[in-house]
Amino acid sequence: MALGNITCQVEPREFVSFVGPSGCGKTTLLMSIAGLIAPSAGKIIVKGREVSGPPGNLVLVFQEFNKSLFAWRSVLGNVRFGIDARGNRSRETEFKARSLIELVGLKGFENHYPWELSGGMQQRVAIARALAYEPEVLLMDEPFGSLDALTRLELEDTLLRLWGELGTTILFITHDIEEAIYLSDRVWVLSRRPSQIIEELRIDFPRPRSQVATRAEGRFMEIRNKIYRRISDEGAG
Amino acid sequence: MSNSKNFNWSGWLAFTLLLFLWEYGSRLSPKLQLYIPPISQIFIALGGLVFSGQLAVQLWITLVRFVEGYLLAAAIAVTLGVILGYLRFVHSFLEMLIEFLRPMPSVAIIPVAVLLLGIGDSMIVAVTVYASIWPVLVNTIDGVRHIERTLVDTGRTFGLSRREILWQVILPAASPYIVTGLRVSLSIALILVTTAEMIAGSKGLGFFILDEERSLHSSNMYAGIIVVAGLGYTLNRFFLTLESRAMKWRHGMSAREAA
Repeated sequence: MALGNITCQVEPREFVSFVGPSGCGKTTLLMSIAGLIAPSAGKIIVKGREVSGPPGNLVLVFQEFNKSLFAWRSVLGNVRFGIDARGNRSRETEFKARSLIELVGLKGFENHYPWELSGGMQQRVAIARALAYEPEVLLMDEPFGSLDALTRLELEDTLLRLWGELGTTILFITHDIEEAIYLSDRVWVLSRRPSQIIEELRIDFPRPRSQVATRAEGRFMEIRNKIYRRISDEGAG
Repeated sequence: MSNSKNFNWSGWLAFTLLLFLWEYGSRLSPKLQLYIPPISQIFIALGGLVFSGQLAVQLWITLVRFVEGYLLAAAIAVTLGVILGYLRFVHSFLEMLIEFLRPMPSVAIIPVAVLLLGIGDSMIVAVTVYASIWPVLVNTIDGVRHIERTLVDTGRTFGLSRREILWQVILPAASPYIVTGLRVSLSIALILVTTAEMIAGSKGLGFFILDEERSLHSSNMYAGIIVVAGLGYTLNRFFLTLESRAMKWRHGMSAREAA
């Protein structure tokens, strides 16, 4: 069993992260919330309704962007995927897809195919595709886990900007403690299997945050060390 | 294959050399001419057959049988392939059977088909379907099985129904494999149509070729062979054009990235 008893509640427009040791069942948790796998016990409730299949107002962004993009669709085609799936093919949706592509910084690449893009650009496409669907909740499973450090910082800021503009609720999974602190309103620390929430932290650095200033604050390091100690104590025990 | 931009001189030279060799080699011996007439005579015979409309009739009959058999095989094989690729238990149920039947030379089924269906269109189409199914089937199964779980999950997270996932995720994702199977089946289908016509036909190009051979009209026989060759070439060209249009998204993708 990957997951123990996990009870948590996320508020609308909130950005929350789960951090935990690898293999602690973070992905299982997110897949259950996304309705892609059924929890063996317990309930997942999104907007007051129990999840029994993929809910319509919720989209998951996978870590493996190269496996989740549709190779036969162009960048525009990929971003339109979710909108097309809703049967909405008006001019307006085309406009929305294009403006999202611009927002994630891929203007000019609309007609490129995913394999022609770098990893960072591919993940931008995946994020634009998810947001074009206008989900109320965006689930992200270590979306920047396989990107290089610089691209990662850049995409963190892109994500924060989009989140600020679109007001989506985001549940973010990462094993990078600092990433979780930098992005989130709240951070939940998970234990090893069967994982449980062992710590909840409210992060109240003012927004917009800055990769330089926010991360340089003394309190940032304090929180980081606290979480790190919690996780490594777990490992010893 | 040479690039269309630069004309392949050496390739055409090989062709011309063969024709010259044929023409003058054949003229060396009057005895040989009975079996291998000079190419000029063959073209004259071909011209006559084209003008009389005789060849067009045979060609049309063969073409219709081919198209029927090929398309039917493709539809059956893709449908079955998706089912077998998806459902493990159906696959393990049929896997050994498929692996037993598939390597069998398909022409061996012709006598059975004649017994069951008699001589005629339905028999010829049936053996064509039988033989053309295998490459498409095996490739489709392979393609469906190679689809990333994440890709299907992506479709699901966007709220697609199972049916929509089939059409918008599974089939396009497996299409490179399916197309490979279709390409192999194309030549197999043509082989089977002509062979079946030779063995048990009363019409069609295969029958025509064999009939002319038996009547010792060797020039006509070669003319028939040229037409079959031309048909094969044209069909293959047509297929490649369609393929490059449908698979445009793969152009320039390297083998590593395509995997």
